[in-house]
Amino acid sequence: MAVAIQCRDLRKTYDGKVEAVRGLNLEIQTGECFGLLGPNGAGKTTTIEILEGLLEPTSGEVSILGHTWRENAREMREWLGISLQETRLSEKLTVRETIELFASFYREPRSSEDVLAELQLTEKADSWVGKLSGGQRQRLAVATALVCNPKILFLDEPTTGLDPQSRRQLWDIVREFQRGGGTVLLTTHYMDEAERLCDRLAIVDQGQVIAEGSPAELIERLGGHHVVEFAVSGRNGNSDGVALEAWRVLPSVESVRENDGMVALNVKEPHLTIPALLEAVGKQGSKLQHLTTRQASLEDVFVRLTGRHLREE
Amino acid sequence: MSVAEQTRLVEGKIPQSRPPRRNGRWAGYLHLLGARMLELKREPEVVFWVFVFPLLLAAGLGIAFRNKPADASSVAIVAGAGAQEAQALLRRSPQHDSIKAEELDADAARKGFRLGKFDLMIEPDGAGGLRYLYDPARPESVLARAQVNDALQAAAGRKDVVATTPVTSSEPGSRYIDFLIPGLLGMNLMNSGMWGIGFALVDMRQRKLLKRFVGTPMRRSDFLLALMSSRLVLMIIEIGLLLTLGVIVFHMRVLGSLFAILFLGAMGALCFGGVGLVTASRAQKIESVSGLMNLVMMPMWIFSGVFFSYERFPAVIRPLIKALPLTALNDSLRASILEGTPLIHQWPRLLVMFLWGAISFVLALKWFRWA
Repeated sequence: MAVAIQCRDLRKTYDGKVEAVRGLNLEIQTGECFGLLGPNGAGKTTTIEILEGLLEPTSGEVSILGHTWRENAREMREWLGISLQETRLSEKLTVRETIELFASFYREPRSSEDVLAELQLTEKADSWVGKLSGGQRQRLAVATALVCNPKILFLDEPTTGLDPQSRRQLWDIVREFQRGGGTVLLTTHYMDEAERLCDRLAIVDQGQVIAEGSPAELIERLGGHHVVEFAVSGRNGNSDGVALEAWRVLPSVESVRENDGMVALNVKEPHLTIPALLEAVGKQGSKLQHLTTRQASLEDVFVRLTGRHLREE
Repeated sequence: MSVAEQTRLVEGKIPQSRPPRRNGRWAGYLHLLGARMLELKREPEVVFWVFVFPLLLAAGLGIAFRNKPADASSVAIVAGAGAQEAQALLRRSPQHDSIKAEELDADAARKGFRLGKFDLMIEPDGAGGLRYLYDPARPESVLARAQVNDALQAAAGRKDVVATTPVTSSEPGSRYIDFLIPGLLGMNLMNSGMWGIGFALVDMRQRKLLKRFVGTPMRRSDFLLALMSSRLVLMIIEIGLLLTLGVIVFHMRVLGSLFAILFLGAMGALCFGGVGLVTASRAQKIESVSGLMNLVMMPMWIFSGVFFSYERFPAVIRPLIKALPLTALNDSLRASILEGTPLIHQWPRLLVMFLWGAISFVLALKWFRWA
């Protein structure tokens, strides 16, 4: 498989002070859907805009399908479909006029009617952009990217602020594009989006990649596929550091942390852990107030790696 | 199951692909221009400010300053010995229609003069002579003094030595409305050029639309060219409407050729387009560019002879005033429309506009921020 996007030791410093990206490496294969996952302010948008050739990196190298922005920018723009995090398209143009406008910039664009049909915008083709719903606007933004028949599609937070149905519609569009052989790079701070859509992803925090792999691999690396969460009555044992560590001796436990006033155990085999847990609670003379078990998610990976949640208020 | 593993299980609609089309060199430019014109057409505010507002302004000012007979001079005569005689002389004089004299005591006369009720005070000196009290800074006061003096001397028997014949002139071409319409044309070209380019650019920058455009293979020069072209189209409509109003409602006479006027309009539109471009080259917010625009346009509203002639300003600063682009545009429009001066004789003004436009454009390209 050929490399679609590559960057080495990417750095971006704003005004000589704020380090948004600090030595970031990526290698994305053609045909892949690759996700940059991280909290707000992690440097995802800066990274994707550097890759799109919209921002100049302070240092580091970028190559897109073997070409660099310095040598071949005009040609590269023909291959890339871009949807920025927040573009307000002209409200007084119709959907079709907007797509036609973007199509006119490319040498060999797709027919606007095809793109309209594919993104389920045919009905809205003659409505003004100002009258569209959030989901329709976002689909239009993606339509302006797809009209050039791109080899690589860049999506910056494509579903932020959308309702669940609109999000699913957009996921279908992305999958469809990938099925046609396209490469996708998207940023998101939604776990479920990353897990369902991405073949591989990089978790970005404070301008660096802190983990990379397929969603399954990343969860695997966490040590346990399962999370057991519980709270006990009586003592402040749910948050006290020393008391927390005490739970580590239970069988099959990989790691322990506190999560919203509960104890969260990363566990390999819950059927070994839970009986031992019940016994231990009984010996202490306290009562279980809560007990849930669930599959580990990327959220757990992120919290494990950074000690913080992805979407902290 | 990741997407890559999914085989083509999805069936159903196979999109009927239409054959790919090829875009020519100018497709982007033409679409940008088309989109811009559509947006303007669909924006009622634009139609009002660019087209209706200047017409209302011209109509309003044209009516307010329409030619009417000069007001009579208002004169106070201070009561006392000799006042009656002065009053009688004025009444007998050939100019008695344009002088309104009133006799009253010194304090009341002085108060009225101070408040502008009287243009002139006449005070008999008790020895058969008269004292004129007037304000040399008030044109109507100066006029009243000359008029009253003439009237009194003529009524008292003075003979004019040189024979003169007064001929009045209110011909089209020398009235205030004739002065005003080319000035409004110039000001309108400045306003809509600056706002049309500057405001539109900052708005698109704020909406991140410029950044989105830069992410496509769109030629940046095409984008700027389309913006400028849209100004030229609007310019033709603006000039057409205002001149038509002048000709039909105020019976203005247009001596210059339509080609010359449109050429000057194009020079003005492009020149102010350039100034608008440079004003908007960095601003990130509408608020900040609004302030900048007003700062740039304010001196020209005042100095460039839109509503009144800049000859009223001291001679020392006149060369500076003439170097302003709006002065050059207004002067050349007036020369072309009112006097039919050929373009070739107007080269210094054309040069001023060209330099402003060209230098702004070069600076704008250097400073311009797309993202």
